[in-house]
Amino acid sequence: MKILHHRHFASLIALATLTFAAGCHKKAAPPPPPPPPPATSPAPTATISVTPDTINAGGGGAVLSWKTTDATDVSIDGIGSVNTYGTQNVNPTESTTYHLVARGPGGSTDATARLTVNAAPVTQSAMENIDEQTFEQNVKPAFFDYDSYDIRPDAQTTLAQDAGYLAAHPTLKVVIGGYCDDRGSAEYNLALGENRANAAKQALVNGGIAPDRIRTVSYGKEKQFCTENNEACWQQNRRAGFSLDK
Amino acid sequence: MRRIKRVSFLAPRLLLLTLLFLPLGRQADAQDWVRTGTNLGAARIRLAAADFNPGSPDVGPLKSTFDTTLFGDLSNAGIFDMVSKSLAPPLMPGSPQQINLAQWSAPPSNAAFVAFGSISTTGGRLAVYGWLFDAKNPDSPQILGKQYNEAASQENARLIAHRFADEIITRLGGGIPGIAETHIFYVSARGGNKEIWEMDYDGQGAHQVTHLGTISLSPRVSPDNDRIAFASLGRLGWAIRMYSLVLGRLVSFPSMTGNTFSPAWSSNGAKIAFSGSRTGDPEIYTADASGGGVKQITRFRGPDVSPTWNPKTNTQIAWCSGRSGLPQIYIMESDGTNVQRLTDGGYATSPAWSPSGQYIAFAWNRKYGPGAPGGQDIYIMDIASKRWTQLTHDAGRQDFPSWSPDSRHIVFQRENGGGAEIWTMLSDGTEQHRLTPGGGNSMPNWSWK
Repeated sequence: MKILHHRHFASLIALATLTFAAGCHKKAAPPPPPPPPPATSPAPTATISVTPDTINAGGGGAVLSWKTTDATDVSIDGIGSVNTYGTQNVNPTESTTYHLVARGPGGSTDATARLTVNAAPVTQSAMENIDEQTFEQNVKPAFFDYDSYDIRPDAQTTLAQDAGYLAAHPTLKVVIGGYCDDRGSAEYNLALGENRANAAKQALVNGGIAPDRIRTVSYGKEKQFCTENNEACWQQNRRAGFSLDK
Repeated sequence: MRRIKRVSFLAPRLLLLTLLFLPLGRQADAQDWVRTGTNLGAARIRLAAADFNPGSPDVGPLKSTFDTTLFGDLSNAGIFDMVSKSLAPPLMPGSPQQINLAQWSAPPSNAAFVAFGSISTTGGRLAVYGWLFDAKNPDSPQILGKQYNEAASQENARLIAHRFADEIITRLGGGIPGIAETHIFYVSARGGNKEIWEMDYDGQGAHQVTHLGTISLSPRVSPDNDRIAFASLGRLGWAIRMYSLVLGRLVSFPSMTGNTFSPAWSSNGAKIAFSGSRTGDPEIYTADASGGGVKQITRFRGPDVSPTWNPKTNTQIAWCSGRSGLPQIYIMESDGTNVQRLTDGGYATSPAWSPSGQYIAFAWNRKYGPGAPGGQDIYIMDIASKRWTQLTHDAGRQDFPSWSPDSRHIVFQRENGGGAEIWTMLSDGTEQHRLTPGGGNSMPNWSWK
């Protein structure tokens, strides 16, 4: 081997130099043995795979497994330092590429494995089954003053309780209907009902309910809860009312 | 305005009448400026409409419809002092050769003009010849000579009468086209659900237009009469829909997100204004008639609804806003600038801009508040001076005034104990009469022609 010859040659030169140096000067200590030639390390190898390679989100996940040789330092992006060989359960929510880097005295190498994650279809069985009656007993309407869409103190209390119930049943979606008493003008009441429904929605959102769980619609004075001509009935009709959204 | 009676021997009684009328002088003055601005005019024209001469033996039923419709159209016009049938000569001149004008211009008829002619059916066709004569100009009396020929039917008997009446009204009424062929679109709950219906301006021929099985409100026919814009409650809320009267079905109209309602056409048919709640708070928007180019033009807290365009300029919009509490009427430029408040209190809604651009008709309860008594009535306001007058004074709630294209009439909704019905009146508040038969009828919209 060429290198070997060179090394022998270098050693001979070194020996000769030392002998000469020794001969010119006083007697020296015996020359130290030449340093051993550095050992040649193999380059590391690495393999990584994921089984299965396609899963549905929210399912049982997959198993990542890897193997390396001649490596002292192995890491996987997103996971961190790992043993030189091993397995790990993974269950990401979106498609992920697992990138492994193995370093050793002989160098470094890498390997990748790709896990495809499909979005899960929304299944009814995942939603909570609350019947309309239970819902209405627990999520009560907020009532308003005449020509107003301000949230009164009593309405504030009701809406806080409603928000609590909705927070406890996080899969429920609601429709808020805005209603008016029948004394006013039909078009103006459509708009006022809109303001009432939105005021109630805002109160729920401020109470921590996600806005995409809430839809609003105004019924103006088109849907009446009672028909007597007195303030008691008119108050009943001035409301933001809740129902389950399908 | 006092009409001088012909009987002149009642001087003392006349004095008494004068004293009685004095307190009403202010009201009468208020009516004068309304009369002038709405083409009603100060003086009425004395017109006789003769029953037409039957030209064939079996034309009876169609003639009866024709005579009634013609007399009704001329009476409704608001500019004639009609010679009642009991004062008119009991004659049916069928042609210029058969009429003796002296009989019509003499008392008690005292007609200034006479409409007369003949009507007959032959082979399934209805033929009408009609004339309008100037009774004070016997040497050269003819003002109009018309002939009509349509398939024989009750509907066509009415149609020909409407056409002839419009010719007379246009000719004698200062060139302003008559409204006898116009239509009124409205909401009826007669079938159970609130749907859009259509009827002739006089209440005849009422029929259902939409069959959507939900709640549909606020019909507004387009200026060219070929589409109705309206608001309908769908699965996800209110959307403005378009019905094609030409195709006889709904046509697509892209709806802005959020609930949209109360559409209004500009008079050139190019734009639609409406109320939309995309932001959660209903505001006024404008869009092209195709639904594109949506622009938000109000940004006021509180309900903003019921826009109406100035039909003379199409650069101004009046609308109803709750921004200061109870709803009030405002106007602005159609880009949202130069906002002005028109009403000074009470509960004011449903503005309708007059064809001349001069007035807004609207519904107003000037004493409104929780527990406050008092009805809601139709008012007219002159926009430039802000001077207003009250047109209805009866018990009950009036709402949704809509102007006829000749400005002389206003159609509106009246609720008096039972459900709402549709009434019509002259723009000075006189001659109110009911157009719908019952069952709940509301939100009328008068066609543009």
